[in-house]
Amino acid sequence: MNTIKQALGVLWVILAIAAAYFCVFEFGLPKLLSDKQDDLVFGIIILFILTPLIVLGLGTFGYFAVIGEYNEKK
Amino acid sequence: MVLFVIKNTRQFMSKNSTKGIWKVISASSMGTMIEWYDFYIFGSLAVVISTKFFPTDNPTAAFLSTLATFAAGFVVRPFGALFFGRLGDIIGRKYTFMATLLLMGGSTFLIGCIPSYETIGFLAPLLVLILRLLQGLALGGEYGGAATYVAEHAPQGQKGYWTSWIQTTATVGLFISLMVILATKNVLSAEDFDSWGWRVPFWVSIVMVGVSYLIRKNMDESPVFAKAKKEGTTSKNPLKESFGNRYNLKFVLLALFGATMGQGVVWYTGQFYAMSFMKTVMNIDSSQVDQLLGIALLLGTPFFIVFGWLSDKIGRKYIMMGGMLLAILLYRPIYKTMHTTTDVSTKTEIVEKRTQNTATTKNNDVITTISKTYTDGTSYVEKRTTFNNKKEAQTNVSITINSNDEWALILLVFIQVLFVTMVYGPIAAFLVEMFPAKIRYTSMSLPYHVGNGIFGGLLPAISTYFVTHAKETGKADFYLEGLWYPIIIASVCFIIGMIYIDNKNKTNHL
Repeated sequence: MNTIKQALGVLWVILAIAAAYFCVFEFGLPKLLSDKQDDLVFGIIILFILTPLIVLGLGTFGYFAVIGEYNEKK
Repeated sequence: MVLFVIKNTRQFMSKNSTKGIWKVISASSMGTMIEWYDFYIFGSLAVVISTKFFPTDNPTAAFLSTLATFAAGFVVRPFGALFFGRLGDIIGRKYTFMATLLLMGGSTFLIGCIPSYETIGFLAPLLVLILRLLQGLALGGEYGGAATYVAEHAPQGQKGYWTSWIQTTATVGLFISLMVILATKNVLSAEDFDSWGWRVPFWVSIVMVGVSYLIRKNMDESPVFAKAKKEGTTSKNPLKESFGNRYNLKFVLLALFGATMGQGVVWYTGQFYAMSFMKTVMNIDSSQVDQLLGIALLLGTPFFIVFGWLSDKIGRKYIMMGGMLLAILLYRPIYKTMHTTTDVSTKTEIVEKRTQNTATTKNNDVITTISKTYTDGTSYVEKRTTFNNKKEAQTNVSITINSNDEWALILLVFIQVLFVTMVYGPIAAFLVEMFPAKIRYTSMSLPYHVGNGIFGGLLPAISTYFVTHAKETGKADFYLEGLWYPIIIASVCFIIGMIYIDNKNKTNHL
């Protein structure tokens, strides 16, 4: 189980990077550059709240998993 | 179901002589329920509020309106969790969640007192925004305090059962807000409600808050915190110890990505997405939706306690993960079935009952109303407005479904509420057991409000994006595409939860 936990850590890091791309280029920037007020607020929230949270949070979680922080003995 | 709850409550009371815990539960639950009530009435009255404070022809006011909806709904809540969580770990649970109660109640009451945009101009939407932000902050601090306070009073091995009472408050708060608004609308004429009656639900809050404050005031501090305070073992810097300490941070991240993130999206889908789907995609009459949602919530609420109780017996993990898995697998079939109840293309119209009226307003806009009745009792009203000064016409459809379909929808929403009770019922106990007493309030509040407020709160906006995108690409079942957001988030959370969370709860600090 510990091996699976550590191996999956790589997946969470990759997922964090993929989410960053998606949040910035698919969601955030197009909304931020839109001239609609609702879209602007939505874009700001995606770019400055959700993206850092997913990237840093899931990335750190993945890193902890890779180095074995979630292994049984810990 | 009610008998089950009473029986188990009595059993626990007699076994452990926990007479005082009922007092703790009522004081905590009532306050938390009022906070949810306060939070929901703003959303439930959003349409009337926008006409009073946020005129659409003023771009600044419209911008403030969006901020009030988005920012207070989810962005501010995690900050409230940090601010009040820190206070709760330093000065105590009791005084902190009394402060959040007063802040929430005071803000709600004052929103009901603000003169309209017509009277005081730009100041009106600005004041509403400030008070709405304070509501968000208060809500961010309340839940963690109430859950911690109850858990620290509950006997060992029964924390899931007792904290599940706190879990019912969010649903009960939504239910009561719908009922108070419905009652006010029934008592007053439509003109009076629109003129001043919409303020009544806001004013009602101050009475409830007053009662709850008096009850909470006479409560003792949590025994666990009081002991820590006496021994001088409380935290000096809860924020640093919670998030600057690697050992604790890894559990904060696990709580977020392995539990609350999935719980947040299941919660929002089961209650708010279902409501919005019925009103805006299926075009069911708004009052009929409120009514059937109210029945489904009422039937589903006792299951918070059932699953909280069950989590004491078999562990929290498999109940929460089971709820998530069922939601992942069944959302699309459920929503597809829901959609068929209003699909008039499969129904037979009684042609002789069809009516069509055309009227012209004083602005020379032309309104055409077409009414259709179907053999199964469904009625369909289409109102098409052709504006004098605009190219595009506006079409509004309102469908009233028959009794059989109404019960079918109640069942389908009830099933979704069951998923909510599975993931949400045990989660307070799960979170408080994960962190040590000295930083518990801070550590559990943040993942809860990020999971619920941000991952759950963004659901309407992201799901709408998926639906719009699918519609543009011509997908036949575009109306189901919005479900991909909760399904993907819940799936990631399910995998993380299943692999990394230990059902034996080795992190149990209580």
